[in-house]
Amino acid sequence: MMALLARFARTGPSDWIIQRVTAVVMMAYLFFIVGYLIANPALTYGQWSDLNSLLSMRIFTLFTIMAVAFHAWIGMWSVLTDYITVRLMGPKANGLRKGLQVGLGFIILFYLAWTIKILWGL
Amino acid sequence: MVDKKRPVNLDFGTIKLPITAYVSILHRVSGVTTLFALAIFLWLLDQSLASEQSFEATSNILSYPLAQFLIWSSLVALIYHTVAGIRHLFMDFGFGEESFNSGRISAWIAVVVAVVLIAALTGWVIL
Repeated sequence: MMALLARFARTGPSDWIIQRVTAVVMMAYLFFIVGYLIANPALTYGQWSDLNSLLSMRIFTLFTIMAVAFHAWIGMWSVLTDYITVRLMGPKANGLRKGLQVGLGFIILFYLAWTIKILWGL
Repeated sequence: MVDKKRPVNLDFGTIKLPITAYVSILHRVSGVTTLFALAIFLWLLDQSLASEQSFEATSNILSYPLAQFLIWSSLVALIYHTVAGIRHLFMDFGFGEESFNSGRISAWIAVVVAVVLIAALTGWVIL
């Protein structure tokens, strides 16, 4: 059981790699969308809807939001553990930081669910 | 355990921060901003794909100054975070000799690139 849990435990090196791989995924998506919008200044609903109906595009968008989820979780963890600390804020910091992290988790899950709803119209 | 007597000098009022520090703190601020701004982009995606009518309505919303300002500021955060992130990727691959000086130079390059892109965005929004 502990060995199984340990497999999900985050480590510095894995965070480091995840942060960079997800960054490249999001960058690819950003450059693609910006390029597409620049190439199609008079975009119509038909074009836009056709593009986002493609299975490959839906998967690309979904992967990007999943990348956002991991990237934001690691990034916000770094920020929260640097500033919401006992040294800077006193003993309340630990509870506050954990509360903020849970709230952040809900926001990320909401983004994921919203994206799936947009793309697959559930 | 927190040792209260341990000397900690992070009084930003007495420290002159180098450009790398500003680039770094702005990377964090813009990252947090971008996370929340993503709600705006998801809303736009949702509205633009819901139906032809809502696609047209979304296009019309984009002509309102308030909507333009919200999207512009979201994109400013996204542009800055992306440029500063690319700087990190370059540093990870060992460009520059990993000295303070090369860090300072790449920080300035990131600032200049971000300012140029933000100026281009601003021109595109206004014109």
